[in-house]
Amino acid sequence: MEAVDIFSYFLLLLLLLSGVKVVTTSNVIHAAIFLVFTLATTAVLFILLSAEFVALVLILVYIGAVIVLFLFGVMITRAPLGPNAELDNDQNKLLAAVISLSIFGIFTYILLQTFDSTVVISEGTSTKLLGEILLSRFVFPFELVSFVLLGALIGGITLARKDNALMDEDQI
Amino acid sequence: MSFSTELLIKVLVVLATAPVMALGLTLLEVKGSAWMQRRPGPLHVGLRGFIFPLATAAKYLQKETIIPNDVDEPVFKWAPAWVIAAVVGLFTIIPLSPTLIVRDLELGVFFLLAISSISTIGVLTAGWSSANKFSLMGGLRAAGQLIAYELPLILSVVGVVIQAETMSTVGIVEKQIEFGFPFVISGQGIAFIIFMIAATAEMMRTPFDMPIGESELTMGFFTEYSGIRFLIFYISEYINLFVMCAIASTLFLGGYHVPLLPTEWVNFYGPLVLIGKTFLLAFILIAIRWSFPRFREDQLQTLAWKVLIPLSLLNIMATAIMKVVF
Repeated sequence: MEAVDIFSYFLLLLLLLSGVKVVTTSNVIHAAIFLVFTLATTAVLFILLSAEFVALVLILVYIGAVIVLFLFGVMITRAPLGPNAELDNDQNKLLAAVISLSIFGIFTYILLQTFDSTVVISEGTSTKLLGEILLSRFVFPFELVSFVLLGALIGGITLARKDNALMDEDQI
Repeated sequence: MSFSTELLIKVLVVLATAPVMALGLTLLEVKGSAWMQRRPGPLHVGLRGFIFPLATAAKYLQKETIIPNDVDEPVFKWAPAWVIAAVVGLFTIIPLSPTLIVRDLELGVFFLLAISSISTIGVLTAGWSSANKFSLMGGLRAAGQLIAYELPLILSVVGVVIQAETMSTVGIVEKQIEFGFPFVISGQGIAFIIFMIAATAEMMRTPFDMPIGESELTMGFFTEYSGIRFLIFYISEYINLFVMCAIASTLFLGGYHVPLLPTEWVNFYGPLVLIGKTFLLAFILIAIRWSFPRFREDQLQTLAWKVLIPLSLLNIMATAIMKVVF
């Protein structure tokens, strides 16, 4: 076994442990921090697979934006220090296990069926290729996703904002 | 040389360089402020004030670490680590010369933006875990500010990337050498100003020091820190100042090269030129810090969302049009 293999098995173990901690800890902020570890380990795994762009996107978008917004949201609403009893719940453990195992099974099956040790990119960098594909073959889904995100953004603002002008119109 | 030895040497060199640069900038800051505001301490005491940064470091090193009762201990203890890891990690892509760089990543600029966003977590968790309302306020203000100013920072760099057609930091400098003028003159002047404003806000320096605000929040998110952990926050502030100014010089001011100097000798004068430019930019930021009052919170958010982001989007559009036309 090569050093890279040992390293990636170690990373997978770390990923598994931090993933388990994310769901078992009863402190919201601790869960978020373990989620950072999970995402960071995933990013390192992507780097080992020479997909630097995906790794950096994981760090920039998930760690730098999603987790930060999550922490921000938790802190600005109530920010409890210490464990939160509401997060410990014993209901539906069986159901959760069945669902997560079946998702795992489905993903493993699909990925093995589709890719099974075929090397998609053998040399060069994946970033340039990714950019070209995004703006040629996948340009329509790419634009569509950005449109959906824009819609979600406007919807979020509309729901959250108590706009005085709109309220006045309703009252009339 | 095997990969692991090379890695070890690079890590050790970066770990030695970062505090030295921070020390240099601390000296520049205290001497600069003393010079501008006539403070006798850093001007006259102990070797004409040059002993000041070392004395500060020694003072914090021998102070006791105090951990208040109600804090969330692991989160509180590890919060400074996020911040310093993020700022030291950025040394990877600073080119002191075409070859004197930790690793010339193909996605250098993108790496910069990704890694620099990690320090926000440190600031937020520090503010939250201190179990102190002022610290929490500081942490929240810091998060709001860092989220708001990360966008203009990213968007202003996009213009440079479009003009240089590469994300590698060495590639960007080589492009400027090839072009003859640094990007700040040849097209990215507005982007440079936006980048400097956003970087100042990201570093939480005056006039953007609402999260720290010593007169109202008593140092904000690091009120409860003492001893070595306070020192880590303090040092990472200056390492961050160095890194941001070095990256601004690389992206906009021609990096390790100045026009008219022979490019064959760049390995000799490169490091000196880059560090010189960095300290010059840092001095401008220090001068700003000691001359201006701080923004109000709403003015700060307005500046980011209503002025800087639209302006940087316009800059991207203009650069893209120019790229297609010429």
